[in-house]
Amino acid sequence: MSDTPVLQYSFLAPILIVLGGAVIGVLLEAFAAAKRRAVLQLTLTLGTLFIAFLSLLRIRNLTSAKAAMGSVMIDGPTILMQGTILLIAFFAVMIIGDVDNFTAQASAVPGSDEEKSALQAGRQQTEIFPLTLFAVAGMLLFPAANDLVTLFVALEVLSLPLYLMAGLSRHRRLFSQEAALKYFLLGAYASAFFLFGAAFLYGFSYSVTLSGIHAAVIGGTANNIFLLIGLTFISLGLLFKVGAVPFHAWTPDVYQGAPTPITGFMAAATKVAAFGAMLRIYYVTFAEANWNWRPILTVIAIATMLVGSIVAITQRDIKRMLAYSSIAHAGFLFTGVIALNKAGLAATLFYLLAYGFATIGAFGVITLVRDSSGEITDLNRWAGLGRRSPKIAALFSFFLFAFAGIPLTSGFIGKFAIFTAAYESGNIGVVVVGVLSSAIAAFFYIRVIVMMYFADDNGDSLTVVIPSPLTSIAIWVSGGVTLVLGVYPTPVLNAINTLATFIR
Amino acid sequence: MTSNNLVYLIALPLFSSGFLMMLGRRADKWGHIFATLISASAFGIGAFEFLQMLARPSESRAVTQKLFSWISVGTFQVDASLLLDQLSISFVLLITGVGTLIHIYSIAYMSHDLDRRRFFAFLNFFIAAMLLLVLGDSYLNLYVGWEGVGLASYLLIGFWNQKPEYATAAKKAFIANRVGDVGLSLAIMIAFATFGTVSFAGVEEKVSGASTAALTGIGLMLLLAATGKSAQFPLQSWLGDAMAGPTPVSALIHAATMVTAGVYLITRSNFIFDNAPTAQLCVVIIGAITLMFGALIGTAKDDIKKALAASTMSQIGYMILATGLGPVGYAFAIMHLLTHGFFKAGMFLGAGSVMHGMDDEVNMRKYGGLGKLMPITAITFGLGYLAIIGVPPFAGFYSKDKIIETAFNSEGIKGLFIGGAALLGALVTAFYMTRVIILTFTGAKRWDEKAHPHESPFLMWGPMAILAIGSVASGFLLSSGNRFVSWLAPVVNSHEVEHAERFQPVVVTTMALVAVLIGVAIAIAKYRSDVPRVAPTNVNIFTKIARRDLLQDDFNEAVLMRPGQALTNFLVATDERAIDGAVRTVGAVVIGSSKGIRKTQNGFVRSYALLILFGAFALLATIWVVTL
Repeated sequence: MSDTPVLQYSFLAPILIVLGGAVIGVLLEAFAAAKRRAVLQLTLTLGTLFIAFLSLLRIRNLTSAKAAMGSVMIDGPTILMQGTILLIAFFAVMIIGDVDNFTAQASAVPGSDEEKSALQAGRQQTEIFPLTLFAVAGMLLFPAANDLVTLFVALEVLSLPLYLMAGLSRHRRLFSQEAALKYFLLGAYASAFFLFGAAFLYGFSYSVTLSGIHAAVIGGTANNIFLLIGLTFISLGLLFKVGAVPFHAWTPDVYQGAPTPITGFMAAATKVAAFGAMLRIYYVTFAEANWNWRPILTVIAIATMLVGSIVAITQRDIKRMLAYSSIAHAGFLFTGVIALNKAGLAATLFYLLAYGFATIGAFGVITLVRDSSGEITDLNRWAGLGRRSPKIAALFSFFLFAFAGIPLTSGFIGKFAIFTAAYESGNIGVVVVGVLSSAIAAFFYIRVIVMMYFADDNGDSLTVVIPSPLTSIAIWVSGGVTLVLGVYPTPVLNAINTLATFIR
Repeated sequence: MTSNNLVYLIALPLFSSGFLMMLGRRADKWGHIFATLISASAFGIGAFEFLQMLARPSESRAVTQKLFSWISVGTFQVDASLLLDQLSISFVLLITGVGTLIHIYSIAYMSHDLDRRRFFAFLNFFIAAMLLLVLGDSYLNLYVGWEGVGLASYLLIGFWNQKPEYATAAKKAFIANRVGDVGLSLAIMIAFATFGTVSFAGVEEKVSGASTAALTGIGLMLLLAATGKSAQFPLQSWLGDAMAGPTPVSALIHAATMVTAGVYLITRSNFIFDNAPTAQLCVVIIGAITLMFGALIGTAKDDIKKALAASTMSQIGYMILATGLGPVGYAFAIMHLLTHGFFKAGMFLGAGSVMHGMDDEVNMRKYGGLGKLMPITAITFGLGYLAIIGVPPFAGFYSKDKIIETAFNSEGIKGLFIGGAALLGALVTAFYMTRVIILTFTGAKRWDEKAHPHESPFLMWGPMAILAIGSVASGFLLSSGNRFVSWLAPVVNSHEVEHAERFQPVVVTTMALVAVLIGVAIAIAKYRSDVPRVAPTNVNIFTKIARRDLLQDDFNEAVLMRPGQALTNFLVATDERAIDGAVRTVGAVVIGSSKGIRKTQNGFVRSYALLILFGAFALLATIWVVTL
């Protein structure tokens, strides 16, 4: 007779609540009246995320607990990452709630009469909300997954909705659909590598659990070739998700094509989830095999920082520029991962929180700068924005300062912590490249600010729309968090430091 | 000891700056007065603290104030704390004192500018950031102020950004400073890794236990930071272009205060440099090179502000040189910094006054004979001139003479070289400053018919007069009875070191005065006759090189900018042409229709996927190699 599986519902509650909210959202699509659907969906989504966050708070003091028969690990880093994801998602949904960014009817051929009539009828594709919730559920599970099967399921649950969401832009729809398809194809390709790697790791250790693989790594008797191939391909799947060089090629195209609120959500939340899983795998499972993966990850970190910073300099499109900037930031985060010490873990977690909020805010601001045909992302046309909308331009400059790591912003504390951790681990080369590329990166962030304030107004039809109340709450809160984390980060750093210990 | 007043020094100008920015045009009518009063009250607080400090015995003069705990993670503790000791109070009085005078001057100078309020908000912001720089009690706090003054400088150089070349100048200054900032942040990180703390007191305490290699590393990185902020070789090229900013800015930021931050940084880090002889030697060499460099550029400039900027570069070279001479040099460096603050700010304001009367003409070849029409400007400028070339009993004589003397008396062959450089620098300084005086104030008039030179209003000549008094008296006041040296002694750990004096003071002084006389005589002989209105072009190669700032821009362009651009272009080309472009061109040529474009877009993914595949092989191969 076999034991009944014990799920430990209270530990899984945040994930389950989000999934439940998503399912209710799908039902709403079927049964609620079309007119009221948007409001209902928005309320449901924000409510779900809020309740999930509350239920996460209830279990925050747990230092370690396995749930779902050891498939899910709820330890300090899991709690921190789930909290970060929920907070980021909450404010991202506020910006997503501004439906002007999304297509009226996704199934209509772009430019067709059907699309026009859908637009005139004021239809909305409110499926975006349950899709977001499904993605969030996957992201919550991803850093908590304690075996390779759960990890793969979580990866797909978080990725599939994102592929769809990337294609729902209202303006320049062909471009958006192209981005979605590219993202889907390449994502599937990377997933295949991931799965292939998982198979090799099973061949290596006869186990799919992280602790089982870890035991085989320590034992050192198993077939090492299988370990190397498995480790490489698993890493590839994760490196693809965070946009590390040379697996970054999709990032600029997808970030540019996807609806801007989705780009912000993707850039911020996916990074947290993917780095969360990466930290767990490298710190827990393969810590003892670090002489295998650290050198190559160091090279990737250096290449990622340099390529991201250098190529961003010549971008003329603001979303594309931020995409390369996000590649560079992935490189900075790698310096924390390869530090392989507690300071590195804590610094990476802090950096993810800081970067996430600045990203939500920055992309939120981009949604506001429009002309009659939609958002304006051509940098040249942002000239003189500082004179026409001083508040919005100042806020955007502040986010750029945070990306550049100027003191009194969260970005400075994050960079400082992460480089210090890398330095302590003896990886001086990475620190030097990191500081150099942040100096390079400062150049193109500042250039945008110069454009906004000092360049001649070219007098075109660009306007900054009055943000909806939700959008303005989201971007101002992001600005506030960025400031507070820069000026008084101690409580957050302390909390992260107390919780940041992985359990095997 | 603690004090609760220090925070107001910074908070008042900071809030005033934010306040004026936020109120916008509503504050246009009274913003400049408000900002000036705030600056004056900061000076009042500084003076009050100074008097209190004087009343205490010398070992307990330093006061601190803890604001809040900034970063506290495990063993890493950084408090946002302020430290006011003998060194920082000297700077506080200079910054707020000269700063207030320049605020007053700017009220008149900027009276026709529509954005005068914004200008004053920036000035207040600068004062706040500069005060934070000198009051921070740790390298990290200093870094915040360091970045703040960089931002203020950038904003003020580009204040008239409607002219593209001014905006370019601002950008150039910013980039040169960023290169230096990398040095400062690396120094902080090495310091933290070595000592586990970044506060001045903490580092000083643990400095004896550290390896010379680490100290040398920190020292060299700090020197890099100083060369960026203080326009020293090889990061000096931005200062000349920074003269694009309004003249009061040049006087305050690019002559009296911000550019001397490097001297402050090295003096503050005396405990590191005293234990790292190699780094200290580099400081001396950089100082000596820059002082010659600046002086030579100064001889060839026809733009009055650029001539003064080259002179600033050269004078800061003297200060940096002095800080490299060890415990005896620090006090002389700071003393020269203070006297320089008076006479150079005074001369810049004088140059501004001349420009004000001459419709913003800056070419000295189009001046001439202005002394009669602008008597007050001529007299105040003349007093600054006597001070800078080092004629006794004016301020510069006392401070520069001490530096030359200390240089000559440092050990070994080194002393002869740097002493000689300092002496030659004094000769060239006398030459180019005399040239400025002759071209501007004496001789026949060479200006356009439509110019109507006139004396500036009281609000402008008042501050100039006060600074002129400083140029006359400050040197004697600071140096009589070795007053300033013993005042600063507790901070820089200098104790009377008896060493063989190779040159008696009187010998050095005589040599210096002879050098000055020669410089003045050459200048008079050369510029006594008529000066052409257009710079002659048939000059020798040396003059041409000096006119081009000793090729510093050409050097930067060839060695740094072009390779950097080429690298970027190459990477972009790889991204767009090799990856995207190949597929795009082939597709466009073969099909050349909308259908074709869609196919090339499919092609993108294929090439991306190919890149991923190559990446996978590369990863695998590398891991393989590493493992074997």
